[in-house]
Amino acid sequence: MNLSLLVLVPLITAVAVLFCKGLNGIRWVSLAGATVQLLLSFGLLALYWRERAAGDSAAFLYEYRHAWFPSWNIWYHVGVDGVSIAMILLTALVMEAAILVSWAIKPMSREFFILLHFLSAGAYGFFLSLDLFTLFFFLEVSVIPKFLLIGVWGSGRKEYSAMKLALMLMGGSALVFVGLMGLYYNTGGAGGTHSFDLMEIAQMHIPVEVQRQFFPFLFVGFGIFTALFPFHTWVPDGHSSAPTAASMFLAGISMKLGGYGCLRVVVFLMPEAAREYSPVIVLLATIAIVYGAFATMMQKDLKYINAYSSVSHCGFIILGIGMLTRTAISGAVMQMISHGLMTALFFAAIGMIYDRTHTRMVQQLGGLLKIMPFISTVFVVAGLCSLGLPGLSGFVAEITVFMGSWERAGEMYRLATILACASIVITAVYILRATGQAIMGPVKDPHYNGLGDATWNEKLAGILLGAGIIAIGVAPFWLQALIK
Amino acid sequence: MPNYAYIALIPLLPLAAFVVLGLFGRRYFRGWSGGIGTLAVLFSTGLSLWAAYRYFFVDGKVGEGYHQVIALKTTWLSFSPGLSIDMSVVLDPISVMMIVVVSFVSLMVHVFSMGYMKGETRYGTYFAFLGLFTFSMLGLVLSGNIFEIYIFWELVGCSSYLLIGYYFDRPTAVAAAKKAFIVTRLADLGFLIGILILSFYAETLDFRTLIQRLTDPTSQLAGITSASFLGISLLSWGLFLVFVGGAGKSALFPLHIWLPDAMEGPTPVSALIHAATMVVAGVYLVARLYPVYIYSDAAVLQVVLYAGAVSALLAALIACTQTDIKRVLAYSTMSQIGYMMLALGTVHSAGEAGTLGFTASMFHLFTHAFFKALLFLCAGVIIHRVHSNEMKDMGGLRKLLPLTHGCFLIACLAISGIPPFSGFFSKEDILLSAWHANKFVYGIALFTSGLTAFYMFRLYFSVFWRRQVWGGDGHHGEAPVTMKIPLVILAAGAVFAGFIPFSRLVTYDGLPQETHRVGVFAIAPVAMALIGIFIARYLYFKESSRPGRVAAALGGLYRTAYHKFYIDEVYSFVTKKIIFNLIGRPAAWIDRHIVDGLMNLLATVTARISAGIKGVQSGKVQDYALYFFAGIAGLTVLFIYLYT
Repeated sequence: MNLSLLVLVPLITAVAVLFCKGLNGIRWVSLAGATVQLLLSFGLLALYWRERAAGDSAAFLYEYRHAWFPSWNIWYHVGVDGVSIAMILLTALVMEAAILVSWAIKPMSREFFILLHFLSAGAYGFFLSLDLFTLFFFLEVSVIPKFLLIGVWGSGRKEYSAMKLALMLMGGSALVFVGLMGLYYNTGGAGGTHSFDLMEIAQMHIPVEVQRQFFPFLFVGFGIFTALFPFHTWVPDGHSSAPTAASMFLAGISMKLGGYGCLRVVVFLMPEAAREYSPVIVLLATIAIVYGAFATMMQKDLKYINAYSSVSHCGFIILGIGMLTRTAISGAVMQMISHGLMTALFFAAIGMIYDRTHTRMVQQLGGLLKIMPFISTVFVVAGLCSLGLPGLSGFVAEITVFMGSWERAGEMYRLATILACASIVITAVYILRATGQAIMGPVKDPHYNGLGDATWNEKLAGILLGAGIIAIGVAPFWLQALIK
Repeated sequence: MPNYAYIALIPLLPLAAFVVLGLFGRRYFRGWSGGIGTLAVLFSTGLSLWAAYRYFFVDGKVGEGYHQVIALKTTWLSFSPGLSIDMSVVLDPISVMMIVVVSFVSLMVHVFSMGYMKGETRYGTYFAFLGLFTFSMLGLVLSGNIFEIYIFWELVGCSSYLLIGYYFDRPTAVAAAKKAFIVTRLADLGFLIGILILSFYAETLDFRTLIQRLTDPTSQLAGITSASFLGISLLSWGLFLVFVGGAGKSALFPLHIWLPDAMEGPTPVSALIHAATMVVAGVYLVARLYPVYIYSDAAVLQVVLYAGAVSALLAALIACTQTDIKRVLAYSTMSQIGYMMLALGTVHSAGEAGTLGFTASMFHLFTHAFFKALLFLCAGVIIHRVHSNEMKDMGGLRKLLPLTHGCFLIACLAISGIPPFSGFFSKEDILLSAWHANKFVYGIALFTSGLTAFYMFRLYFSVFWRRQVWGGDGHHGEAPVTMKIPLVILAAGAVFAGFIPFSRLVTYDGLPQETHRVGVFAIAPVAMALIGIFIARYLYFKESSRPGRVAAALGGLYRTAYHKFYIDEVYSFVTKKIIFNLIGRPAAWIDRHIVDGLMNLLATVTARISAGIKGVQSGKVQDYALYFFAGIAGLTVLFIYLYT
């Protein structure tokens, strides 16, 4: 299968949207594009499984190389393994849902959808890249549209938030770039050419001193994307100002770029340094988990609640990676997928509520279960997933991280694991507080009584993401087999 | 080996009911929802009874005793070699006994609910949730893997949350649901960490292998018994933490605070979840890991013993003062579960009579399920007619509700331990095992049995005798037939369940035992119960000022018990004052003002510097000439200074 299709389809869709006439044309072409992506990703999954079953044990399948800047030995090099396929599936699902919930976006719907397609092209490219330069290129592609999406279609202090988000993520990219350069100039050795190729660098084995030197750049750089404490502050502001689809994409996919980068680039290429820095990573992750959870408890705005809880939940990704055991890392990957789906679903539900009631403040809402049963059910499912209810994906991911973390002997790691486990109690507190006040209880405002429930497109979005969450939660073995 | 694969259907049928009713109940089935749910559970009950018959009387016995049969096993999630969560179905005496109890009580509650919940707008949702609960609870008792049990453990917690919060427009119900979930979640944290500790050393999550490895003195698991933390071996820590999880679910002191509030749920739900099944999950969990508990040092079982005894006594004291009929029953449940835990804790010091405690505990769990479910369903009928939970709104109901009156009386006699009702036998066994283990605990248990009789008959006389508060219109019958049938069936259970020769079927090691009941031994408990009943009759049979005078005479003790020993206040102080104000609020503030402040400061400083130096590049030739000459002048001065 030609992997470049995954990057091309969103770009072609974006061009097609540009020439569409009328709002309906724009919507349906966008949806068709996203659906093709979804089908492609599932096709890829099926093909991948067939190849593996047939006994193909190469590290990456469907590799494709094309010289890009030959003088610098930069290649357009793509390929997939189980982890990247999982991420691609996630992207396709979130994208489809994001388009569905943006059905009525105004004004400038055309531009909105084009930017969304650019975002997804960037994400696919990132997950496919096996060349560090290509990877960096796609990382940048997926940052810039976000600035516009928030700045133009956002709410509240949107200019401030857009600027903050763009600057912090750009700062992260800059650090990543320094780290990549450091790696690049330390490859090649005596007389050889420098290389950006992931597999080549891995085989060369970077000297430990160099690893030690550049590890912090790459780790913090990618970490900023994944809300690494203390560089997480773009998350609450960014999410709360972003339009629904952008929030979904931002939390669902963009934050995972960092986790994926940490895994694929940082830990994979610099294993010795990762072991040395492991205590620091674990410490920062634990702070993010516990402190994020406590900070969430005090939030009053639904979007802030979900944004802060994302800080806490993404802490599990970093924790899993930092623990460096096989189980913990596979837990981190599961958490990426699970959190991506769950948070997108959460933001979708919050967006639907906001579109109707024009408020996101928990205290002003109430009794929504009576008025909008479908949306409320979606909200509750996302909430239960967030607090780690078995049968939904969050449980599977968290438990895998816990089991993997516990394998790491040492008092500090044990303590970190216990604190991480303890955070699930706090998660229950804030999720149930929000649910109890906003979804249950008596209807606070009589104006809400006439409001309608989800429309077909919103229902479809909720069902798609919810099905993903349940599919992982009820039958986690397929995901585990995929990312092994 | 007999094929037991069909057992998997027992939990799966209610799950199917949940899925079908959850997706389509509201729109398509409406009034039929109850029937569909009931039918699924009916089949489950039938299969459970059949399985119990096959297991106990046909092919469960291998040689002398009952053996564990693994009917199904499939890997769900594997972590590393050896450590995997398997979805398995395990049959042994306690799990078979439990599937009968759970499916049977669930069936009764389903039938009862068809009448009780009729006309509710969320009728279908209600039965969907009941199906979810029944599935989870059956899954829990059939689990053969410690993580599998944790999964179902959380699921019963969630269904309990959904059902307590069923009347979601009542703020009290929402608060109660939240409280129940969070308190049990807190306890589950102990369970989870306990699992991590035990499984790390035993390198398995499978119950059977886990028990084998942890109780094998020759094994290489030296780490877990020699490594200690705060002077206690890790094995004991692991077991203690698992017990904390059980204590949360089983509402043992001091983790019981959620149970009385949980009475906000519909009354049949209270009967099923918060009386007969879910709340005994903690007892079941300890029983499941019992060999390991016995093997570990005595401290943990002592904790179990005293946690049980204290819960039994405190709850009984509180129950004597409460005025809400359901809350009295809730505290009574807590007290009875305390008995069961106490019995499990008796083993260590008990010597020969050691395993009697195990059987007694399971026996009491079994009989309690009948009479407590019956009490709650009777309360349901009463509340259905009177539209109030308060005892002051009731009185003289025996004429209006004759069948309920009879059933309630039977249940009261059973719980008070009057022969030949079922509670007598099981409580007798518990007291006997306590007598052998620890005389002090025996004293507590004996006193509590007197209190039990007192508060139950206080309830009975206040509701059915006393004065005639409720005139009644006489037009309605007592209750729909769907509500009456379960009462009669459960009453039969409450009368006869005690005659089952339990010690021949359910024992700790699977080998049948003979219980040696000594007639003389029964005198003290029965006398205590009778005294309790007579005091209750003296105080509450007729309207009088006596109860008020007694309460006044007891003064502080009465007030403390009435306010539930102020435990709720302690919790609310800890959560509101400490967790929210001392941790949550500062964390949120620090994040906005310090961490984010630093980020913004970085941005501001950059912007300031940029603003400061951007004037340099003004584009004016005069400026550049000025910098040029200023530079030359500066350097000249510098060189002169340096070289002279």
